[in-house]
Amino acid sequence: MNLSLTLLMALPLLGAAVLAALPKANALLAKQIALGSTFLVALVTIAMAVGFERDNINLQYVESHQWIPSFGINYAVGLDGISLVLILMTTLLAPIVVLAGWNESQNGRWSTKTFYILILVLEMMAIGVFAATDVFLFYVFFEAMLVPVYFLIGGYGTGERSAAAVKFLLYSLFGGLLMLASIIGLYVISGTQGGHTFDTQALSQLQMSSTTQNLLFLGFFIAFAIKAPLWPFHTWLPDAADCATPGTSVLLLGVLDKVGTFGMIRYCLTLFPEATKTFTPTIIVLSVISIIYGAFLAIGQKDIKRLIAFTSISHFGFITMGIFAMTSQGHSGATLYMFNHGFSTAALFLVAGWMISRRGSSIISDFGGLQRVTPVMAWAFFFAGMSSLALPGLSSFVSEFLVLVGTYTRYPVAAIIATFGIVLAALYILIPVQRALHGPITAGNENLSDLTLRERVAIAPVVVIIIFLGFYPSPLLKVINPAATHVISQMGFSDPAPTQLGGK
Amino acid sequence: MQINNGLVYLIALPLAGAIILLLAGRRADKWGHIFATLMSASSFAVGLLQFSQMLARPAEERAVEQKLFEWISVGSFQVDAGLLLDQLSICFVLLITGVGTLIHIYSISYMSHDKDRRRFFAYLNLFIAAMLLLVLGNSFLNLYVGWEGVGLASYLLIGFWNQKPAYATASKKAFIMNRVGDMGLSFAIMIAFATLGTVSFAGIKEAAPNASTASLTAIGIMLLVAATGKSAQFPLQAWLGDAMAGPTPVSALIHAATMVTAGVYLITRSNFIFDAAPTAQLLVVIVGAITLLFGAIIGTAKDDIKKALAASTMSQIGYMILGAGLGPVGYAFAIMHLITHGFFKAGMFLGAGSVMHGMDDEVNMRKYGNLRKFMPITFVTFGLGYLAILGVPPFAGFYSKDMIIETAFNAGGIKGILLGSAALLGAGITAFYMTRVMILTFTGSPRWDEKAHPHESPILMWLPMAILAIGSVTSGFLLSRGDTLVHWLEPLFAEHGEHEELLKPIVVTSLALLMVAIGVAIAFVKYSRSEVSDTAPEKVSLLTRIVRRDLLQDDFNEAVFMRTGQALTSTLVKTDEIVIDGAVRGIGSAALSSAGALRTSQTGFVRSYAALILIGAVALVAAIWVVTQ
Amino acid sequence: MNAANYLYVSALLFTIGAVGVVVRRNAIVVFMCVELMLNAANLAFVTFARINGNIDGQIMAFFTMVVAACEVVVGLAIIVTIYRSRRSASVDDASLLKR
Repeated sequence: MNLSLTLLMALPLLGAAVLAALPKANALLAKQIALGSTFLVALVTIAMAVGFERDNINLQYVESHQWIPSFGINYAVGLDGISLVLILMTTLLAPIVVLAGWNESQNGRWSTKTFYILILVLEMMAIGVFAATDVFLFYVFFEAMLVPVYFLIGGYGTGERSAAAVKFLLYSLFGGLLMLASIIGLYVISGTQGGHTFDTQALSQLQMSSTTQNLLFLGFFIAFAIKAPLWPFHTWLPDAADCATPGTSVLLLGVLDKVGTFGMIRYCLTLFPEATKTFTPTIIVLSVISIIYGAFLAIGQKDIKRLIAFTSISHFGFITMGIFAMTSQGHSGATLYMFNHGFSTAALFLVAGWMISRRGSSIISDFGGLQRVTPVMAWAFFFAGMSSLALPGLSSFVSEFLVLVGTYTRYPVAAIIATFGIVLAALYILIPVQRALHGPITAGNENLSDLTLRERVAIAPVVVIIIFLGFYPSPLLKVINPAATHVISQMGFSDPAPTQLGGK
Repeated sequence: MQINNGLVYLIALPLAGAIILLLAGRRADKWGHIFATLMSASSFAVGLLQFSQMLARPAEERAVEQKLFEWISVGSFQVDAGLLLDQLSICFVLLITGVGTLIHIYSISYMSHDKDRRRFFAYLNLFIAAMLLLVLGNSFLNLYVGWEGVGLASYLLIGFWNQKPAYATASKKAFIMNRVGDMGLSFAIMIAFATLGTVSFAGIKEAAPNASTASLTAIGIMLLVAATGKSAQFPLQAWLGDAMAGPTPVSALIHAATMVTAGVYLITRSNFIFDAAPTAQLLVVIVGAITLLFGAIIGTAKDDIKKALAASTMSQIGYMILGAGLGPVGYAFAIMHLITHGFFKAGMFLGAGSVMHGMDDEVNMRKYGNLRKFMPITFVTFGLGYLAILGVPPFAGFYSKDMIIETAFNAGGIKGILLGSAALLGAGITAFYMTRVMILTFTGSPRWDEKAHPHESPILMWLPMAILAIGSVTSGFLLSRGDTLVHWLEPLFAEHGEHEELLKPIVVTSLALLMVAIGVAIAFVKYSRSEVSDTAPEKVSLLTRIVRRDLLQDDFNEAVFMRTGQALTSTLVKTDEIVIDGAVRGIGSAALSSAGALRTSQTGFVRSYAALILIGAVALVAAIWVVTQ
Repeated sequence: MNAANYLYVSALLFTIGAVGVVVRRNAIVVFMCVELMLNAANLAFVTFARINGNIDGQIMAFFTMVVAACEVVVGLAIIVTIYRSRRSASVDDASLLKR
């Protein structure tokens, strides 16, 4: 059987269809099927990654079929290094999320099997959104992804889940609407220059006046900035992460939000190179604000889930900064950051979720002395925290440092301010670590149970990946580098040369 | 440069120890301590082997390298995971693994009553591995991994008993202040890459002569920031005193002998940068001079034996930084003091641990007294360390500290006089507070509780102390005889011209000894002649109170950084809630209320709808009529 | 005879119908007024067909008749049902759709 992206997308759908045919009562079988199909998808992705030609900058695994010929819309998919890495992240995270959140669906409005159908559909759409090379197809996946997430938050979350789900949906729809307007604009312009099309490659060749380009750019960028989320479009994230189940939060922050940063690379940069240059200074400023602002807000949170959400805002600031720094280090670093952030946030959210479900509270000060009660869980949380604060030797350090170095060569001031984020990161991680894990064992925490075998099995691959990529990121960097360099050189940028070489 | 594929074992052995012990969990409780000690010892053995091989090679071929794998490679940013063992790093390797192994042995007994002893040894091994990576890395980025790795190990070990909130806070404080320093290292690496295009030591050394002074100065200052964080130098010194929350062997290994001296290593390693950046170098000596006085002054008012020794460590590292800032002529002396200090300070910390062991973990020296009768071995070993730190000939500190003072005077001009005088004054104060520690602890009348039963420690504890004491007696003489260490390190550093001597060496030595004598004398008069109370006197001058509060270092940090940070955080949290999220919710509620207003126009009466349709139609027709007219 | 006169009649009929729809409360009367308006339109269509000399207007008139017939069938059925359940044929009483 030939590996193809269509197959990859069909597998989770197939799993969902099998689940739909199941009787509602058999929850365990539903979980097993979900785990099996996500695992299978992960295996297929790994096989595709192995077959990927690293140095070939052309799209690979390309497929194209006519979909709505009268509008020039195609079902067109293909992979470059960046999308491959993100799809790999998505499909690796999915089985971990299913296994880690084995009992997450029990407090939902609907049945267990519906929960896993939603997850599988989401996985399929996430793959589609990263693989699409037709702007219309991308848009369809981009908007359709909201549906399963909306039901996952609103149907299976905790607290004010309906309100959070609606807030998330409205925010995203607003951005999506702006993007739709821009897409229609592109379509109309393409009609005047050699025929209507939605093909990304063809659209990037369009001639546009600078005003048009700026407006269309903003339509795309705001949609992605909401998704990413970048300051000041971030306020949906803490609410959503607070109310969603930990597994959903992982998919939300780890996968869904990456669509925003991925979109910036794939669409903002390649379709509107001139507008990108116009807006780069503004975006760099917004990114730096995100980094510092997110970190400060994380320090000030009392709820552990909201804290993690704000750390992510800080991290997304780094990613955006790396993308718009327009250096190969910044760009590769940002893509690697997306991958690493997926796993480090997954670790944080999953362990925090286990802590919360055991204690029945997500307020940090309700915990205390966990290191003496549940050593393995405490270690896992500490490890996840260290990964989040980018300790050297863990994967996030490599990407964060690449972003900083890459930014410094072009925007030294931004890089310097952003570096202060690493001190703030130490604060926002160590404060909850101290409150929850250290100190005397406080009332209500005496009898918490340590991680079960299933939970250990779920977190182990995350730990292994984080450590392995911390010391040996080359396998990913070799895939990312050609694609990142290609994007930058298409934009007409090259890395700044060292300023001091060759004489005073 | 020669390739040597054995270097990795230096790090791999203790790292494997740490990983195995951490993963094995309680199953390793029985043998964990032995295993970790063996790992550390075998790393020491590898170090000795490397050293003997190095001795066999001629001076210019002594450095060896090992490339492990390609670590990060993006565009022109190419960093290999590579190790470099040269004359400088071998000194550290032997010190770290040697003293480290002794402290492992000591801890077997010291920690024997702790049910988490295995975890303690895992952390110790982790520390050794990280510290070795720090000194063996062949680029600033590799060094950075070790640099934060030791920070992590230090955090874990300071907070080893983190069930006590104060200890947990101390560990957090250490990590965060270290991170501030680490930020400096990040900056240095970024600037180095942006200006010189490389981050490896060899690459920067090659490129440095062509670089502008401004960028080298910037790199140098940032490296200094890093050094102040890790080595507890002014203004990032405040964490070291609190770090004494960790078990005493940790204080001896990490916060006296090895980790805190990493700043000195960093500056000496980057000698090619500092040599070309006089401003940065000047800042280095200023930081060193301030800290050596700062630490010494704090030390005079400490009643906690470990905190007194910590203040002393800070002060002694100030000497090393001062030496390292004096340029090519000072590097070797800084390293020499670092090695001798490693012996005598680690020895004294272990002695303090031994005292605490015998006194039910009492740390207040005012509750000691006359312990020499009960702990003769501890007294002798501690006493030898004491003589060494004072700089009494022929003990180790005499050779190393004297050379730094002398070099400081020779720096020339006002600068030389100021630095030299500061170093001399520091020597005097050191003599005072160390004598105070000796008197309060080992002589005078006993002031301890009736419950305490002071006793000598077991052999596993006193043996390492004895070995370190031998080191504190002989190391100075051995290293400086025939300028052994200076010549050993010479190939690494730039050549230095002869300085004119401001004062003859003999004069400096005499002055230093005079200052020491004065310090000792004052301490004798103050603490030996009169009875020492077992509580600190309340009615003391403002100055004393300030010194007791560590010269207000924490008050300053709290007022300036912590309070503003907290205020900023809470303001931002409120802003986010009210302004940004408020705007979003505002749009939502605006939509709702306008919908409510419009809803009232829908009456539900068919006839009013019909009338509206009619009016609309008429208006439309009228509009068309007007337009077409 | 001047064709414009037919148009005046048509306009008059339409106005009467429109006023009736707005003013009267009884659903049957409103309904008849609607018919009146439709027939006014029919008259106008036919007149225009005559003026323009083609049959487009007449065709439209047939369409209108068909629609009117359908409307009568559905509308009367609704009115009768409402009358049965509420014992009233006043359109003002049937304002439940407001909520």
